[in-house]
Amino acid sequence: MNASRKSLIVLVADDDEDDRGYIRKAWEKSRAVNELRFVRDGEELTEYLNHSCRYSDPASAPRPAVILLDLNMPKKDGREALREIRTDPELRRIPIIVLTTSKAEEDICRSYDLGANSYITKPVTFGALVDVLQVLGRYWIEIVDLPPENGA
Amino acid sequence: MNPRKEALTILVADDDEIDRGFLRRAWEKSRVSNDLRFVGDGEELTEYLKHAGRYSDPASAPRPAVILLDLNMPKKDGREALREIKADPELRQIPVIVLTGSKVEADILRSYDLGANSYITKPVTFEALVDVLQVLRMYWIEIVDLHPPAR
Repeated sequence: MNASRKSLIVLVADDDEDDRGYIRKAWEKSRAVNELRFVRDGEELTEYLNHSCRYSDPASAPRPAVILLDLNMPKKDGREALREIRTDPELRRIPIIVLTTSKAEEDICRSYDLGANSYITKPVTFGALVDVLQVLGRYWIEIVDLPPENGA
Repeated sequence: MNPRKEALTILVADDDEIDRGFLRRAWEKSRVSNDLRFVGDGEELTEYLKHAGRYSDPASAPRPAVILLDLNMPKKDGREALREIKADPELRQIPVIVLTGSKVEADILRSYDLGANSYITKPVTFEALVDVLQVLRMYWIEIVDLHPPAR
């Protein structure tokens, strides 16, 4: 892999502690070299991306290459966060992959309407999660041309 | 693979006959069972999606699960087609993957701004193209949930 891609960061927004641990372990198991960071709800996600409050030091919150976004979270849910990111001129191009337990057709359709780049249902078994993250990592980090960070 | 997913159609919009042949062979080489269909420019793409003109018989134009879109095409180019698809409430849920020879930063930015679901530069070698199509198919057909779902 191209060296500059190894340093790309993937940011996960998920309120469930067990799911976060599960995702972290599956990511390691998939041998992804990219750093994975976590925020716990849509509010913390917005703070992270805007470098406010807990993340006022920009060094504490490097811009993610891709965001994995849960839909059902307290304070600010994933739908609201998705809408906000897509209307923010500084953030709107960051690819957002909805990663949620919901398989409701309404959630799938609405997420695409709000501009999610893709929608993935969280697999139930650990092995399947490893597989999903492996393909997801290869696709977004190795194959896709990500939007340049400083593009006007 | 889930048999319903095997029946999904991938639609490629590319005006270059050589590139189309290249894509078709790479797709076959990656042993994919999904049907790959082609349109030659943005105008034909719109007709296909809206069942107009040459495609007025809906059976001739099954809704694609995913669209692979070249940017530089005659009549209606990929940027214009992308804008139209993403502004259409019936069509905008279809993932559009820009697959183009251009690596120009402005094209990448503009494509994401217009709502492209991802942007991929066409690989130069045949082997690299087979790899890209293999991962692309695994990602979009096997892993991602599409709307409407595969039935």
